[in-house]
Amino acid sequence: MRVPKDLKYTKTHEWIRVKGKEAVVGITEYAQSELGDITFIELPVVNDDLAQLGRMAVIESVKAASDIYAPVSGKVIAANEALQNHPEKINESPYGDGWIARIEMKDQSEIHDLMDADAYEAHLEELD
Amino acid sequence: MELDSKGLGRTPLYGRHVEAGARMVPFAGYLMPVQYSGIIGEHLQTREKVGLFDTCHMGEFLIRGPAAEADVDRLVTCRVDDMSVGQCRYGFLTNTSGGIIDDLIVFKMSTEEYMLVVNAGTREKDAGWISRHLSTGTSFCDVSDGTAKIDLQGPDSMKILSEIPGFDAGDTIKRFHFTFVEIEGVRVLLSRTGYTGEVGYELFCPSREAVRLWDLLLGFEEVKPIGLGARDTLRLEAGYPLYGHDICEDRSPIEAGLERFVYFDKNFMGCESLRRQRDDGCRQEMTAFVCEGRRSAREQFSVSAGGRAVGTVTSAGFSPCLKRGIGLCYVDKEFASKGQEISLSGAGLKIPAVVEQTPVYKKRAG
Repeated sequence: MRVPKDLKYTKTHEWIRVKGKEAVVGITEYAQSELGDITFIELPVVNDDLAQLGRMAVIESVKAASDIYAPVSGKVIAANEALQNHPEKINESPYGDGWIARIEMKDQSEIHDLMDADAYEAHLEELD
Repeated sequence: MELDSKGLGRTPLYGRHVEAGARMVPFAGYLMPVQYSGIIGEHLQTREKVGLFDTCHMGEFLIRGPAAEADVDRLVTCRVDDMSVGQCRYGFLTNTSGGIIDDLIVFKMSTEEYMLVVNAGTREKDAGWISRHLSTGTSFCDVSDGTAKIDLQGPDSMKILSEIPGFDAGDTIKRFHFTFVEIEGVRVLLSRTGYTGEVGYELFCPSREAVRLWDLLLGFEEVKPIGLGARDTLRLEAGYPLYGHDICEDRSPIEAGLERFVYFDKNFMGCESLRRQRDDGCRQEMTAFVCEGRRSAREQFSVSAGGRAVGTVTSAGFSPCLKRGIGLCYVDKEFASKGQEISLSGAGLKIPAVVEQTPVYKKRAG
């Protein structure tokens, strides 16, 4: 399972890439593998306010629906509209083209609540 | 049947699925492959080329004797007395009220021998029901554990079979017919039947030969293994019911819109009740629906039309061909027509959908 070193992670398998005050978020390769073929995503709405670990999106795969949680609080600046017709991008490129939203962070210190790559990898090992 | 530590059965092909990296899940008391590479890819592979399915978990019964034909004819809804040897038919095992005990396929092996192929989850129930209702001279044998079944389905399935060295099925087997063939020294019952909506075959062989047959067919580069996840999306697009979801003991073949598999001019279990339903009509009917978008409904969602609750979703999922949610539901008769707009609600969602005829996907020509 790929776990890029430059990202931070939640226990619920979301990732965050921080660039200054902004962050791009998505779900990890492990998460997309567990979900299976993704068929639909209910994206966050631009200008919505997200709370850390509050529900940000809903992803449906062939057999189930899963809530996706915001790694940090903030305002949604962009949602990856390409996923509306091609949600499979999340399976194919979970850290790249499968990004879910861009957030303007409310409180940078929240990043310290998240796991780094090593901690997330250890977390994955515990799960199996 | 081998049992693992959780009491779950394994088909003869279990080891092959694990080696192939399949995700295994419990189904009808067996550990089965739900997917190998991905449900959508496996679904499209079957629609466009050819796929291989492990269906060893299903049940097979042999019913033999001079009265076997009459006994079977009294238990199933489809007509049996005019079948020819080498023919098979889809029908239902019904109870005294006409409720569906199981859906099955009846194979006429000879004038005194019939094979019934039943669902895995209902095998014990069916065996009990059938054996209790046979004439004294008729024998019942549950041969499921010794019988393996592998489905080969898709537009290229016959091409693959014809490429097997020494394979000869004579003329092309017609739909709902079967014959015996020899594949690498193994005697295989080959039927032109299936659950995907595509041209395809079911191959029955002794359990001890299952791995060899599986390996031989997967040896063709074009053939890919397909899991239960895609088996479900394929049958849903084709509009085929799944026992325990779309059909059950509380539903009759008539409500399910499947009265063409009921032969009313004979006496069989539940026939009086079914004739009454045919004559008086049923309050509800099963139909297929297609959702407005990619979002799927789920089983047990409520169906509304004309501003009120009119039914329930019994099967639902995603259609890889249509790229929309689809499913089957029972609705009050007046809302069961093609084009009827309905709304599916559950889990905080409200999904617009339309009643459609089956199959809901566009079949390839030819």
